[in-house]
Amino acid sequence: MHDKTLSELAVALTAGEFTSRELTEHQLARIKRLDGEINSFITVTPEQALSAADAADAARAKGEAGPLSGLPLAIKDLFCTEGVLTTAGSKMLGNFVSPYDATVVEKLKAAGMVSLGKTNMDEFAMGSSNENSAFGPVTNPWDAAAVPGGSSGGSAAAVAAGLAPAALGTDTGGSIRQPAAFCGITGLKPTYGRVSRYGIIAYASSLDQAGPMARTARDCALLLNAIAGPDPRDSTSVARGVPDYTEELDAPLSGLKIGLPREYFGDGLDPQVEAAVREAVKVYESLGATVREVSLPHTHYAIPAYYVIAPAEASSNLSRYDGVRFGHRCQAPSDLIDLYKRSRAEGFGEEVQRRILIGTHTLSEGFFDAYYTKAQQVRRLIRQDFLDAFEEVDVLMGPASPTPAFDLGANKDPVSMYLQDIYTIAVNLAGIPGISVPAGFVGNRPVGLQILGTHFTETRLLNVAHQFQQATDWHLRRPALVEETT
Amino acid sequence: MQWETVIGLEVHVQLATQSKIFSGASTAFGAAPNTQACAVDLGMPGVLPVLNEQAVAMAVQFGLAIHAEIPEVSVFDRKNYFYPDLPKGYQTSQMYHPIVGAGEVEISLDDGATRRVRVHHAHLEEDAGKSLHEDFHGMTGIDLNRAGTPLLEIVSEPDMRSAKEAAAYLKAIHSIVTYLGISDGNMAEGSMRCDVNVSVRPVGQAEYGTRAEVKNVNSFRFVERAIEFEVERQVELLEDGGTVVQETRLFDPERDETRSMRTKEEANDYRYFPCPDLLPVVLDRAYVDHLRGALPELPDEKRARFQSALGLSPYDAGVLSATREMAEFFEEVKDTCGDAKLAANWVMGELAGALNREGLPVSDSPVTARQLGELVARVMDDTINGKAAKQVFQALWNGQGQSADEVIEAKGLEQVTDSGAIEAMIDRVIADSPAQVAQYRDAEPDKRGKMIGYFVGQVMKASRGTANPQQVNQLLKEKLDALC
Repeated sequence: MHDKTLSELAVALTAGEFTSRELTEHQLARIKRLDGEINSFITVTPEQALSAADAADAARAKGEAGPLSGLPLAIKDLFCTEGVLTTAGSKMLGNFVSPYDATVVEKLKAAGMVSLGKTNMDEFAMGSSNENSAFGPVTNPWDAAAVPGGSSGGSAAAVAAGLAPAALGTDTGGSIRQPAAFCGITGLKPTYGRVSRYGIIAYASSLDQAGPMARTARDCALLLNAIAGPDPRDSTSVARGVPDYTEELDAPLSGLKIGLPREYFGDGLDPQVEAAVREAVKVYESLGATVREVSLPHTHYAIPAYYVIAPAEASSNLSRYDGVRFGHRCQAPSDLIDLYKRSRAEGFGEEVQRRILIGTHTLSEGFFDAYYTKAQQVRRLIRQDFLDAFEEVDVLMGPASPTPAFDLGANKDPVSMYLQDIYTIAVNLAGIPGISVPAGFVGNRPVGLQILGTHFTETRLLNVAHQFQQATDWHLRRPALVEETT
Repeated sequence: MQWETVIGLEVHVQLATQSKIFSGASTAFGAAPNTQACAVDLGMPGVLPVLNEQAVAMAVQFGLAIHAEIPEVSVFDRKNYFYPDLPKGYQTSQMYHPIVGAGEVEISLDDGATRRVRVHHAHLEEDAGKSLHEDFHGMTGIDLNRAGTPLLEIVSEPDMRSAKEAAAYLKAIHSIVTYLGISDGNMAEGSMRCDVNVSVRPVGQAEYGTRAEVKNVNSFRFVERAIEFEVERQVELLEDGGTVVQETRLFDPERDETRSMRTKEEANDYRYFPCPDLLPVVLDRAYVDHLRGALPELPDEKRARFQSALGLSPYDAGVLSATREMAEFFEEVKDTCGDAKLAANWVMGELAGALNREGLPVSDSPVTARQLGELVARVMDDTINGKAAKQVFQALWNGQGQSADEVIEAKGLEQVTDSGAIEAMIDRVIADSPAQVAQYRDAEPDKRGKMIGYFVGQVMKASRGTANPQQVNQLLKEKLDALC
């Protein structure tokens, strides 16, 4: 059951092979059995899951089931879920039960989906390894010595381990695509504004975007159908109709123009990762695509610009965690300043504190122009790089990450950790969509191919990813853990 | 040394929107603490602001009323600081690209002169909640009902030179926002508050002195008193060889003084940056033109019309146009009776006197404008005389009757103009006052004019005030002179 894709499960439910309750019970049992080691969930919600499953089964009996009715999924713990602990991976919100549902959660509930629980993540989505979680690290289902990537590491690991057929993630600098690559699954970061941010605990508001993580491009398309669209509660969501993202999946790729950014194949790229990516590109050539090299000349400014803009926004977004209204409050504060200082010092982890300090500094009087204003200028240049490239080609391809999943504890230095996101971060600065698809292995650790398109080309990206998955079977490979326990 | 005072005002006007500037929660005043604060106002994790279009329209209306530039694009910024009643740890405001650009406000001074005060800009922002220090036994209570209430902050240039001018400016702003209906202007409830920047410099010096900012002054009178205190303090400091420190001060109305809150060195760095959750506000010309077309007549336009078209004095025109309620009341009285000057006299005389005595605003007047207009009309058509009119007014004020006519009828106050009836009353008074008649007869003819007053009074009394005074006068004179 757990080895099926979301689309296959939908067919099986429709055919009456099993009920949503049976499927949900099966997934909950797997979580119980396997997640002790993987640690991909912070909160599992069996009662809510089973009652949602029963409701879906009842709806199906009445002939009212939609395409996603009764299908389980896991939700990154950055999404607010009414009545359920919502921690953002932080001690700061270790006691926070959200009074409301995020818009996308509301939409998935309305579509009849069954939430199994909330997945582990880097605290406040700040990290690339899931090691910055107040709830402990997550192990990679392919190799327990490796990280699952981050910040949506719990979501990626849960899907890879067959604990959930799909998950919701968020991506501010690569937080869907990089863990998807590390865990051998498919993850889509939509165009900024395509999916509502309402109810997603903010990290960097101008970069945050929610997206689907699943085994296949088709599954991602199904989920995107349900979560995309304008939201009157999010002014930055774009008033634009939502197509059926599954409609073009089977379109042939002949004539597709692929660009390979020179800057994505330079120093620091693991040769075996590069080999896998170039092999994938050959597959596309065999499908009728043409390939050329392009340049994104400002690529090397992306990480510095990101680490000005994202911490600046974060320093402000995280000011509300002050120990006054919700979240962690220190014991017996002596006065207001003591309450602020100790609540925040105790509640936030090291990386979060580092970024708050960076952001506070770069926004300060006398530094603002040199950092923030300059970074915004760089951001426009980066965006222009992409727009120029998309004048020449339909999609860009490259590695999702310069290396396969690294070992737990391997990247102790924050800057070397930041450099992990070199191929993903510019995409958020430009606001364009990107998808990571499994494209091979280095040893037992998966490699992800990243495919990028210009704004609002999710249909095309999913089509390009799906065609690759028709021609290859990397996405069908399962970690030993899954096979053993079938 | 002669000192010149330089004053600039930052006026915070609470806009009269139904809901908050970035959420759907109600803005009504006086609800139980924290009952009008939704997830957005509480700054819950994950919430996002959505701009209230009504607040934008109101800000633009104000800009148009002060002949300001309305920039096509304005941007919301975050002003970051920690405070328990500031739920998000930042206030959403407009630092760099405000919604209203430079404009000007005409102020009227007591001597009838007018001056122009330049407005630097006006911007939209959200209000914070309230910290409640009483009743919590050493703790502080937080009420977030006010958090997210839309404010328009109107920043003047340092164009005012006296406490009186500052108060006149504040009154002018009050009158504009209430005319526009964009604020209730209720200073007691905090709908209008102001920060006053005060400095002094030797007369003739071009550069400004160091200023002190007096925060949160919430009445016209306090503005004057705070400035007067500040000027005295600063001049004294300077004349004693000291220097004025740039600082924020608080006005204490009970002690009638300002006190230091924090100096510039202790000032916050607010780390302003554009709010990434809100798009820039783009106003197209058609929208602004539409709002311009829908503007009501504004106070200075009304004042000018009251003088030119209705022939009122500058003073009367100023008083009657000072608030929208007063102007509307006056215009209804005038339209009902048809005489602007008489209407003005009654509104500023009998009505204003009664309102002052009871401490009522014109909007709460027990006598409606229509009732007063009908009353004035009855004076004009000689149905009643002036004395009876005052009785009618008092009766209406006390709720004794629905209309002037009803009171006149019920109390029999209709003026007696039948000469036969008046002559009969005169004859009786003359017959009852032999001594006064003898005095009148013996007086020099040029002194008799004054002495007739006694007889008029007696006749009016006999008529219970209803006899036509001109007829009484004339007939009395004829009859008394006939006796001489």
